[in-house]
Amino acid sequence: MPAVAAQTWCDRCGEAAASGAHEQCAAARALEPPRYCARCRRRMKVQVLPIGWSAICVEHGEIRS
Amino acid sequence: MPEILDQARDQVLHNGVGLDEAGVLAVLNLPDEHLSATLQLAHEVRMRWCGPEVEVEGIVSLKTGGCPEDCHFCSQSGLFTSPVRSVWLDIPSLVQAAKQTAATGATEFCIVAAVRGPDDRLMKQMREGVAAIKAEVDIQVAASLGMLTQEQVDELVDMGVHRYNHNLETCRSYFPNVVTTHSWEERWETLRMVRESGMEVCCGGILGLGETVEQRAEFAAQLAELDPHEVPLNFLNPRPGTPLGDRPVVEGRDALRAIAAFRLAMPRTILRYAGGREITLGDLGTRDGLLGGINAVIVGNYLTTLGRPATDDLKLLDELKMPVKALSATL
Ligand code: SF4
Ligand SMILES: [Zn+2]
Ligand SMILES: [Zn+2]
Repeated sequence: MPAVAAQTWCDRCGEAAASGAHEQCAAARALEPPRYCARCRRRMKVQVLPIGWSAICVEHGEIRS
Repeated sequence: MPEILDQARDQVLHNGVGLDEAGVLAVLNLPDEHLSATLQLAHEVRMRWCGPEVEVEGIVSLKTGGCPEDCHFCSQSGLFTSPVRSVWLDIPSLVQAAKQTAATGATEFCIVAAVRGPDDRLMKQMREGVAAIKAEVDIQVAASLGMLTQEQVDELVDMGVHRYNHNLETCRSYFPNVVTTHSWEERWETLRMVRESGMEVCCGGILGLGETVEQRAEFAAQLAELDPHEVPLNFLNPRPGTPLGDRPVVEGRDALRAIAAFRLAMPRTILRYAGGREITLGDLGTRDGLLGGINAVIVGNYLTTLGRPATDDLKLLDELKMPVKALSATL
């Protein structure tokens, strides 16, 4: 899982990673898949499976756990 | 020992008759000092009337998000500004999910869709999906597809779906505060048809929606009246963008008291840990609930959020000497 600090956008709340605090987002992400693409802020198509998840950004492709 | 626990020992433990609404309320109002005795009694009731086995289940979302309904806790409603996008799972991935679930030792696989009720496309996907799972995986298939017509009930029976989940979510008196796009009675009607079809009825709800303690007791009594085969108990995990997104999570001890009280209302039901236990109870509380009336778990991830690793739960069950219910025992 990429570190939140290295991203342009918070992958949980979709706000700029550099503005504001995202500690709560980072903590919540332990039990949630990402929802926003950290590179372009698009909402991703996320599929949670019993084991693992996948998230697709139309621009930046798929990430998986 | 408080009087209500003496009464419960006699009525529920010895005679198998669940507590009524007033009894459940008395249990929910017990002070913290009696919590461990309450959990202990609920555990004895579970062991006496259900036995030591734990039913393990995995769930998967066949159709995520974009639901036209407005259940205020739900990140899959298309009416809120939730970040959850609409997505469909393809059949090979569905079968793969069933295989992963079976590999944990689970005997139940529940296919869920975020819909008011199924349309033709969803029923077709179900028919293909259930057939593909049955051809390749040794697991019982359950479904949760919202409100059904009689024809859809019959079709699901025909597909070999053995259990249908449809949660009442909360008590009748509080339901209009949580859902406005359909009624509690409409949900009850689907449950009635499911029951009559011979499918097992799975019906539970979510605690922490803002209901009072009295309404929690009302809910337990209404579930007991329905007498479902299984009751999944969720604790609100407040989802960003939903009307209940800012609600506090249920206190661990209130969650445990509720688990025990629901067990004392329904001595024979499968009482399942569902969503929200990780944030409400954590690891320690998870154990306390399994020793306080719970006899089933959802392992792995939920529909839009993640659970703790299945291996952690299986290890815990092993430590507690609670065998995982085997498939042969459920057929
Ligand atoms: S019907 Fe189900 S999926 Fe739709 S909003 Fe209500 S809980 Fe969510
Ligand atoms: Zn954030
Ligand atoms: Zn992107």
